[in-house]
Amino acid sequence: MQEIHSLLEGFVVALSFKNVGLMLLGISLGVIIGVLPGLGGANGVAILLPLTFSMAQQPGGTTSAIILLSCIYWGALFGGAITSILFNIPGEPWSVATTFDGYPLAQKGRAGAALTASFTSSFVGALVAVIVITFLSPVVANFALEFGPPEFFAVYLLTFCAFVGMSKEAPFKTLASMMLGFALASVGTDPVTGTLRLTFHTQVLLSGFDFLVAVIGLFGIGEILLTMEEGLAFKGASAKINLKVVLETWKELPRYWLTSLRSSAVGCLMGIVPGGATPASFMSYGVARRFSRNGSKFGTGVVEGVVAPETAAHAAGTSALLPMITLGVPGSPTAAVLLGGLLIWGLQPGPLLFVEQKDFVWGLIASMYLGNIAGLLVVLTCVPLFAAILRVPFSVIAPIIIVVCAIGAYTVNNTMFDVWMMVVFGVAGYAFKKLSYPLAPLVLALVLGHSAEASFRQAMLVSQGHLGVFFSNGLVGTMTGLALALLAWPLVSWAIAKVRAGRAFG
Amino acid sequence: MKPKLMAAAAAFAGALLAAWPLAGEAWEPTKTVEFIIPAGTGGGADQMARYIQSLVAKHHLMKQSMVVVNKAGGAGAEGFLDVKNAKGDPHKLIITLSNLFTTPLATGVPFNWRDLTPVQMMALDEFVLWVNASKPYKTAMDYINDCKKLGPGKCKMAGTGSKQEDQIITAAIEQKTGDKFTYIPFKGGGAVAVQLVGNHVESTVNNPIEAVAQWRAGKLKPLCVFDTERMPYKAKITGTMSWYDIPTCKSQGLDVEYVMLRGIFMPGGVTPEQVQYYVDLLQKVRQLPEWKEFMATGAFNQTALNGKAYEEWVAKEEARHVALMKAAGFMAAGSK
Repeated sequence: MQEIHSLLEGFVVALSFKNVGLMLLGISLGVIIGVLPGLGGANGVAILLPLTFSMAQQPGGTTSAIILLSCIYWGALFGGAITSILFNIPGEPWSVATTFDGYPLAQKGRAGAALTASFTSSFVGALVAVIVITFLSPVVANFALEFGPPEFFAVYLLTFCAFVGMSKEAPFKTLASMMLGFALASVGTDPVTGTLRLTFHTQVLLSGFDFLVAVIGLFGIGEILLTMEEGLAFKGASAKINLKVVLETWKELPRYWLTSLRSSAVGCLMGIVPGGATPASFMSYGVARRFSRNGSKFGTGVVEGVVAPETAAHAAGTSALLPMITLGVPGSPTAAVLLGGLLIWGLQPGPLLFVEQKDFVWGLIASMYLGNIAGLLVVLTCVPLFAAILRVPFSVIAPIIIVVCAIGAYTVNNTMFDVWMMVVFGVAGYAFKKLSYPLAPLVLALVLGHSAEASFRQAMLVSQGHLGVFFSNGLVGTMTGLALALLAWPLVSWAIAKVRAGRAFG
Repeated sequence: MKPKLMAAAAAFAGALLAAWPLAGEAWEPTKTVEFIIPAGTGGGADQMARYIQSLVAKHHLMKQSMVVVNKAGGAGAEGFLDVKNAKGDPHKLIITLSNLFTTPLATGVPFNWRDLTPVQMMALDEFVLWVNASKPYKTAMDYINDCKKLGPGKCKMAGTGSKQEDQIITAAIEQKTGDKFTYIPFKGGGAVAVQLVGNHVESTVNNPIEAVAQWRAGKLKPLCVFDTERMPYKAKITGTMSWYDIPTCKSQGLDVEYVMLRGIFMPGGVTPEQVQYYVDLLQKVRQLPEWKEFMATGAFNQTALNGKAYEEWVAKEEARHVALMKAAGFMAAGSK
């Protein structure tokens, strides 16, 4: 086993005193970055990137530098879930799906369980992804080459279809919410012609509506408005705050092994392609809901609903580093910044990196194992601390949340306009809740709308306008077929139920 | 006594004279300098700006600190408008790509490079015509003629962004050869290179740094470089070839030349002393061995101009972009 030998050598590199120190530093910084909404992993890594340039010039320094930066990324992946669960404010785009069940769990007083489940399944997802990277990297790197524009669109279609029809609200409300999301996503620059759309000659709309600003407003501010109406108190204040909750949750988790496995597979696939951690988390939540025995209880606060998105997000986030190092294609915004770092350090991400920079690559892979173990330990020991936040009186913590949200919204593009937009989205979020329109379809459309549109129109350019391109080979045909099947499934199952009922009576 | 006094007076006057021009030149930033990138994180402009930032910090070239801010909205218009509106602010710099010219033309957003003050050209970025290594093409014209044979629109060219440098080169090739390509815009150079490796498109005009890894792995091959001269880097990149071994497109009969400005600008209405401060600062950066290494890694054209020469160069490039974009029909409805 060549890989095991290389990996052991990688551990020797990664386990130096200095590198372990950098790992812990990176994880801690990453968790903080993940917790603060708006300050994403990509920003965090970009800010620290210049620090690593001189670091990289020492012998073996590139490995230390990538360990520091990638650990910030792992930390951000872990940390994004914390505010999702406690306050319904996703710290990162990929933890939006975590709010669906994580927040209801916290409201039931099970914040500790939700946090433990989230961190543990993040770890499991990452572990599966690292194992895939360790043993299958040449194979999967070539798989990513199969993906042209039609294949990418099929991936997005699959995400939408896995998600559609799953909300409890009226189908037309879901549709309206999703269309609003698409409309918001289309503001800014047209991805194919490069002309401006719906900007009304204003400077502030040039960059469109940032997903993070919308999420901070819709979820965070909207939720605070609702809580204020209902009486200025957290519902989850009775949360237990000791480490026993970790062990109790761990006893429950093995029950969801099938969901974990499925979510890891979805996550790895989306990371390698690369589709990204955000679609992975949504798709995995949708799939889990459809195929789980407890599917109907999803959204009311079940642990499984936290396991699915978190496993997939972390698996995708981790495996996204594979196309980055083997192909030079970043699977996420954070990976894009890391890629820029590699280039400046004088490394050439590509097929030869595994051959020429063995120490670097295997040091990085070994650090993924170690970094995630370190990350899990750091965040798990803090579970009681995080859960205890909910005991702080609402009237004290709500203003702090609003200030943090405002800072977060400002950080996204450094404009005051985004802070006002956050407030507008907050009111909209409140109205949506009151009128029982679902928020998730809007968010999903806003985050993926632009990429989906770009892939669709690229595919149309490739095929010169023929829709047949979405069935032109086995790969894209299978994915499109699967997506359409998922879309039609509620109708089919409804029809089957009708027929059966009919027979029973007949 | 008298001569001594005279000497002292002369010395004093001399000291004054010596100090006087220094006092005039001695403008220095008094607060944090904001370095704007009119593009997203991870791209070529972003890499260069952050590298400059790190070199300035590492070698203590500036007393105040420098922060890098991405303002990528509207194909960079957001960043350019921000600098345009900061007239007279000497604590703002911006690094440019070709979107300095293309964005106002293609989108009609009201700004022009004349709203800014040119400081220093750092380098020019090269463009190379790449095809998949499995294709039989030996020269650029082999490829172009084959595309002609296949028929209009059958050859697909992938590139970064739309109505920006990659698409302009594609349009220029079309104008020179009478061929018709299908241009497909992607988000980043890495994705573009992989589309070519996966045979989803027929060619790209990636920058050297975006495609070098796939070239070395034997997946892609370069046909020609869109510069007036060959790239000067003679160190072997693959087993047999260096950057220098790639012929110019013009020598191959494909008369298209294009390089991309990587230059630094300031807001309009700043004083010459303030501009001079940054010219000196950036000259110091360019002298560093790290910078030279960075230039070689990306196989940059190291032309570096400032002052009048820089301004003239930019004006000439602008006229060329207007002509190219007009011919290709890329102009926004409102722009002249």
